[in-house]
Amino acid sequence: MRRLAPMLLAALAVMAGACEKKTQPTPSGEAGTQAAQGQSGSTVSGTPAAGSDTILLGQVGALTGGQATFGISTRNGIELALKEANAAGGVNGKKLAIRVYDNQSKPEEAAQAATRLITQDKVVLILGDVASSNSLAMAEKAQAAGVPMITPSSTNTTVTQKGDFIFRVCFIDPFQGFVMAKFAREDLKLGKVAVLQDNKSAYSIDLSDVFTRKFTEMGGKVATTESYSQGDTDYRAQLTAIKKTQPDGIYVPGYYSEVGVIARQAREVGLKVPLMGGDGWDSEKLFELGGSAISGSYFSNHYSPDNPDPRVQKFIADYKAAYGGVPDALAALGYDAARVAVEALKRAKDLSGPAVRDAIAQTKDFPGVAGTVTLDDNRNAVKSAVVLKVGDGKTQYVTTISP
Amino acid sequence: MAQLLQHLINGLAAGTIYALVALGYTMVYGVLKLINFAHGDVMMVGVYMGYATAFAIGREARGSFLGIAAVFAVAMLGCALFGFLIERFAYRPLREKPRLTALITAIGISFALSYGFQLDIGFLPGASPRAFPEIIEPKEWLIIGDRDVVVWNWQVISFLIAVGLMVALQYLVFGTRFGRAMRAVSWDHRVAALMGIPTDRVIALTFMLSSGLAAGAGLLYAIKDTSVSPLMGLYVGLKAFVAAVIGGIGHVPGAVVGALVLGLVEEFVVGYAASTWRDAVAFGFLILVLLVKPGGLFGRVAAEKV
Repeated sequence: MRRLAPMLLAALAVMAGACEKKTQPTPSGEAGTQAAQGQSGSTVSGTPAAGSDTILLGQVGALTGGQATFGISTRNGIELALKEANAAGGVNGKKLAIRVYDNQSKPEEAAQAATRLITQDKVVLILGDVASSNSLAMAEKAQAAGVPMITPSSTNTTVTQKGDFIFRVCFIDPFQGFVMAKFAREDLKLGKVAVLQDNKSAYSIDLSDVFTRKFTEMGGKVATTESYSQGDTDYRAQLTAIKKTQPDGIYVPGYYSEVGVIARQAREVGLKVPLMGGDGWDSEKLFELGGSAISGSYFSNHYSPDNPDPRVQKFIADYKAAYGGVPDALAALGYDAARVAVEALKRAKDLSGPAVRDAIAQTKDFPGVAGTVTLDDNRNAVKSAVVLKVGDGKTQYVTTISP
Repeated sequence: MAQLLQHLINGLAAGTIYALVALGYTMVYGVLKLINFAHGDVMMVGVYMGYATAFAIGREARGSFLGIAAVFAVAMLGCALFGFLIERFAYRPLREKPRLTALITAIGISFALSYGFQLDIGFLPGASPRAFPEIIEPKEWLIIGDRDVVVWNWQVISFLIAVGLMVALQYLVFGTRFGRAMRAVSWDHRVAALMGIPTDRVIALTFMLSSGLAAGAGLLYAIKDTSVSPLMGLYVGLKAFVAAVIGGIGHVPGAVVGALVLGLVEEFVVGYAASTWRDAVAFGFLILVLLVKPGGLFGRVAAEKV
C-alpha cells in the first residue's frame, strides 16, 4: 500500500492535469480542414484568408462532446449565410472568411479558443456559442479585448451583461421560462408540476428558476425541484423521488443528450405525465434517444420549420441542398447571427471593434429566419417564441407566445 | 418504504455493473501492479462493438435469446482481443520500465480512445450520444402496489448475467490451474517465472479476461441507461476504480463489495439528498475508508523494503 499511495496520487494528479490542461483548440472535422487550409490560403469562399481583401470572422462552437450537434448545426447555418454573402459580393468588395474552433462542449476550452481567435487570428468579430456556459467564458475574453461577439443562441441573461461588445440574436431565458409556465398553466391547465434541472448548466438553472417563479405567480404549484449533472445516464433516483409527489407534468429544461434518456426512465418508473423543456431539446437526436417515451412532450423554441414564410422556406431548401436534413433552430439562429453580423459590417464605418459594435447595436427590424431581430438597450433580441409538441420522429407547431 | 425498496433495487443494479468493471481493475492491478486507466474506455469500445452487432443482426433477431447471446459474445470476445492487443503493444514493452511510465501510457490510451471515438470518420461513431438498441424488450417482472415498486425483466436478467460472470470468475481464479498461475504471478511474478509459470501468457490472459468482463459490464450498463457515448468509459471507469480501491485493490471479492456499497451510497444520496452531492459523498466515502483502513476494506497493508 505504501507503494500504491504515491502512485495513486501521481495518477490522479496526471488525470486532473490532463482534464484541465489547456490544449490548443484543435479545429476538427470539416471546419478543421478549412481552418488548417486557411493558413495556407483557402477559406470558405476559396479566397485567401490573410490579406486586405478578406474580412476574417471567428466561430467557437461545440463540435465534439455532449452538445456536438449544436455546434455543427450552428456552423452550417453560419457557413450558409457567409456563402450567400460572398456570392452577393461580400462586404464593400471584401470577401468574408471564417475560422472555426472546437470547444469540446467545455467552457475552459471555449475561453481558450476565443483568446486564440482574438490574439492569433485577429478576427473582427466572434460568433458563438450555443450553451450559455461556453458563451459566458468567451464573452469575458471578447469584452476584455474589445472584439464584438454575437451569440446566436445562448439564452442566459448574464451573457450580454458581460459588456457592451456582447450581443445576441435570440430571446433570453426568463422569457423561455415564462413561455413554458404560461403554456403549462393556460393551455395544458396543469396544477402541480415537478422540476428536474441540470445543476451543471447555467442555462438549465435559469430556466427552471423563472419557470418556478412564473408558474407559482400564475397560481400553479411546483411540488419539488430535483437535479442531475450533465453527462449522467441514470436518473431513476430523482424520478422516483418526483413520482412520490404525483405531479401533472415535469419541467426538464436540459439538453437533448440527457432529456431523451430522462424521458425513457420517467416512463419506466411509471411517470406518464408530459415533460416540458426549452430549446436545449432541439435536436434530431432527441427522437433517437427518447424513442416513443418522448412523444407527447412540449418544448419552447426559436423557430419552426413549418413556418410558411417564403424566406424561411428558401433557407430550409438551401440548407437541405447543402447539408441534407431539415435545419434545426440552432442552424437558423447561426444563419441569422451571421447575417446580422454581415449587415453590421456593411454599415460600420471601419472594421475596428467599437465601430462594428456600434453598427451591430443599431440592428432594427432585421428579417431573420427565426423571427424579426431588434436589439434592445441590453443587446438582447426581442422576439416571440414558439411551443412545439414532440411527435413520432418530428415536432409539430402548437402555438406562438409573445413577450 | 416502497421508495426505499425501489432505491435499493436501483442501487444494486448500478452496483453490480460497477463490480464487473472494478474486477478488471483489481485483476490487472493484482498481476501487474498497474492501474489500468484505459479500462473504462476498453469497456466503451466493447459497448460500441455490441452496438454494431445489434444493428448487424437486425431488429428481428435482437430480442431473441440467440440474439442477446450473439451481442454479448461478439462484444466480449472482440474486447478480449482488443485488451490483448493493448497489453501486447502498449504495456508489455514497458514491463521493466518504471511503473509510472506504464501508468502514463494507460492514461494516454484512455484519452486516445475516448476522444478518438468522438471523431466521425470511418467506423468511429462520433461525439453525439446514441440510443442503444433494446436487445431485451422491457417488460415489468414484478410490480408491488400501485406501481410503487417496479422491477423490470432486464434488471433481473442483468443481475443474473452479472452474478453469473462473477461466479465464473471466482471459479477461474480459485479453482483452475490458470487461476493458480495468476495468483502466483500476483504474489511475485519473478519467483513465479522461476517456477516455470509463463508469466507473459498469464498477464495477457488476465488482460483479455478483464477486458471481456468490461465489455459485458458495458453492455449491461447500456441496456440499463439506453444511451451510449464515447465519454461513458471515463465516467464509469472512474467510479469502478473508486469501488476497487474501497474494496482493497487487488482483492477480488473486495471489488464486488466496494462496488455494491458505492452503487447504493450514490443512489441513496441522489434519492434523498441531491445529485450535486453524489460525487462529493462517493469520494468522501473513499477518503474515509482509506483513512481508517489504508488498504481498503479487504486489502492488506504490505510493508515494503525500500
